[in-house]
Amino acid sequence: MAGAGGARALDGLRVVELSSQRCALAGKLLADMGADVIVVEPPGGSPMRSYAPFAGDQPDPEGALWWWHYNTSKRSVVVDLDSAAGAADFRRLVSTADAVIEAEPLGRLDALGLDWAQLGGAATDRDQPDLRTDAEPDAPDGAEDCAGGRNQRLSWVSITHNGRDRADPPATDLTVLAEGGPVWSCGYDDHTIPPVRGGGNQGLHMASQYAVVTLMAALMWREHSGRGQLIEVSMLAAANATCEFATYFWLNQQIDVQRQTGRHALPQISEPTQVQCADGRWLNTGVPPRRGPEFAALATWVTELGLMEECPYAELLRLGESYEQIDILHLDADPLGAEVFGAGRDTVNFLAERLGAHELFVGLQSIGLACGIVYSPEEMLADEHFVTRGFPVEIDHDGTAVTYPGAPYKFSATPWRATRAPRLGEHQDLLAE
Amino acid sequence: MIGPDHRPPVWPRPEPGALAGIRICDFTGQLAGAGATKILAQLGAEVIRIEDPVRQGRWDILRGTQPFVGEHRGIEAGGSFNNHNAGKLGITLNLRDDRAKDLLRELVAASDAVTENFAAGVMERFGFGYEALRAIKPDIVYVSNCGFGADGPYASFRSWGPIAQAVSGLTFQSGLPDLPPAGWGYSFMDHTGAYYMAMAILMALYHRRRTGEGQWVDLACIEAAGTLHGAASLDFTVNDRPARRDGMPNSNRCQSPAMAPHGIWACDGDDEWVAIAVRNDDDWQRLAEALSEPWAADGRWARLAGRLAHEGELERLIGEWTARRDKHEVAELLVAAGVPAAPVLRPSERIDGDPRTSDWGMWVTVPHSEVGDTRVEGLPVRLSETDWAIGRAAPCLGEDNQYVLGEVLGHSDTEIAQLKADGVI
Repeated sequence: MAGAGGARALDGLRVVELSSQRCALAGKLLADMGADVIVVEPPGGSPMRSYAPFAGDQPDPEGALWWWHYNTSKRSVVVDLDSAAGAADFRRLVSTADAVIEAEPLGRLDALGLDWAQLGGAATDRDQPDLRTDAEPDAPDGAEDCAGGRNQRLSWVSITHNGRDRADPPATDLTVLAEGGPVWSCGYDDHTIPPVRGGGNQGLHMASQYAVVTLMAALMWREHSGRGQLIEVSMLAAANATCEFATYFWLNQQIDVQRQTGRHALPQISEPTQVQCADGRWLNTGVPPRRGPEFAALATWVTELGLMEECPYAELLRLGESYEQIDILHLDADPLGAEVFGAGRDTVNFLAERLGAHELFVGLQSIGLACGIVYSPEEMLADEHFVTRGFPVEIDHDGTAVTYPGAPYKFSATPWRATRAPRLGEHQDLLAE
Repeated sequence: MIGPDHRPPVWPRPEPGALAGIRICDFTGQLAGAGATKILAQLGAEVIRIEDPVRQGRWDILRGTQPFVGEHRGIEAGGSFNNHNAGKLGITLNLRDDRAKDLLRELVAASDAVTENFAAGVMERFGFGYEALRAIKPDIVYVSNCGFGADGPYASFRSWGPIAQAVSGLTFQSGLPDLPPAGWGYSFMDHTGAYYMAMAILMALYHRRRTGEGQWVDLACIEAAGTLHGAASLDFTVNDRPARRDGMPNSNRCQSPAMAPHGIWACDGDDEWVAIAVRNDDDWQRLAEALSEPWAADGRWARLAGRLAHEGELERLIGEWTARRDKHEVAELLVAAGVPAAPVLRPSERIDGDPRTSDWGMWVTVPHSEVGDTRVEGLPVRLSETDWAIGRAAPCLGEDNQYVLGEVLGHSDTEIAQLKADGVI
């Protein structure tokens, strides 16, 4: 589907993104749905172009896989915001845009006269009908070259550590996840092992995801108000908003949860939910059988596999068939139920010793038991289910097709669609428009 | 200035939000679905949550499960439920009864979007799949969210957060070498699936606003998750380098971009940790000066290549230094020097011990109709013109039947009383 024609959900929307690892995903999410996202890079290119790994392991600003992934479907211009000519270019570009997305160090844009207050509709002027003719306060040299003044319809997304009126400490994905809560919940039963940063830059992603949701809401509001607005996203608060039970146990019960290997951090120690299978791969076992039909289906499958005779839990499985549902929250009050429930779990572990993770995953799911194979990213991309659904997509790189993770959602009328990330300054002509 | 507990708990909300005028007919539950429409409600949409009166809304397992609000118990006391549904209206419809289906048709006709996160096919079996919804309202936006999506070989497979994380590769990518997957210690993909669902709803509504065209968005939570480690995926598809290889994952280190030292170290005390990320050689120089330790002056550490070549030794030396110190003091020292560092904060520390989150307004107290004051999360955003607000606590089961069936759908008090008497609502 990549590259095909058709209607786009965000057709006609122009977004100027100041390239930063903190907001790159936000621009990508909009661009892949049809927005015209112009990523503004400094002379020499975005720092993301220097991040390993590279295509062919050859360091090359056009070959950074991080850049490729986070900048699909965008157009690139190089602008030196610190120069008068560059500032004028940026102002002109912004005057044509519906939204700006940036995560610049606090105060930098304001000092350059290129911030929301100078280019967008300032909140204090919300009742003024037209702000475009106002003189530019503290306009730097060259500002008079810009096409317009303030763009009252402009929305401005500012991703910061914790708001524009707060400190701007040096921070990375790791430190945001550490102080924002997620790290506390991730790791191992053994608390002498450090807690773990979840992989994949999720501390950066959370802010971008909230940025897109909020920008879309602001654009809906602009449809009838005619006005843009300033949207601030706090990376620290976004991490705090993405901690599930750790937050709810504290808010409601004033209990700190404890991290546990590969499963929910909870106030109490829970049973393991991961089992290593015969091929060395792991399976998340979900909740073991607890209803009669589930025990029956499991027993049938064990029999079909020819393993029932050696299965030490055969009798308890058959007993399980007589239960409507075992009350797993009150196993203390039902010792036999606890034994039967344990036999269901032990049977899954028994199968894991004999089957590969994929066979166990598909087998258990096929009899209605929710579980999940622990795939590596490349294994997920190759799985027949996701291939059938068209999740991996091929994106053309000047004649070479490269496989990417595809759409996070399937829109029936306005499908997600991506093109390769731009080369440095590939669309410089935009500045002459 | 947004402060804690600053928002008046009234309905309707004091000022229209960004999404004022948008009505969502909402079947979502748990976090993956309800977490999406929660955000929309707090941005001003009228979200009408539909629940089954026969099962007392317990399709959503978070109704009536721990953590409970204080000493309260029962279907109105689920703390997670009350968090994920703050700001919404709640009605009951017994869809086994044709009169309830008629009411649902009326509600769909009066709504902009229908949202759900049932297993694939459930809405079809209710008689309210996309084609049926479109017959009721041609420009309806319908967003479904389930783990494996609406079609494909695994369409019948069941999922929730930890399973979505496992199958997508997220669990695999979180851990330390030679240990089992650590994964995410919570339903990370329920949160994140909800974020993608909220985006999908709004993008589809935006398109409809501009063109008049509705559509169905099939959101497979596992596919959304599969987009969240793109550089690692490309390292395989471009370089043939699988993530499943010796020494990996090692997610406390940072391979992309390469940084060292980069990790989490034990500090003085029980289960106290500090995270430190040295982004480049300049950061290292600042860190070395801040540490003032003889070993830190070793020339081997001056360049990234040297730090990577002896990363284990460097991590051990830093660990010996942090072990004798308080996590807050370490972080403050390094941040003052310009090096990214942060203590690993417990829930108690980041919620009630960190003014940065309370000053943002992240923790909001709203009075619930049955269990009294409840504390819920706010949103990590601010809008200069139409800021978010939590107008009310999560609805009790059927709390808004009168308003929705009466004022929105125009039924008389007598009719509503009869529907209730007949078990339709």
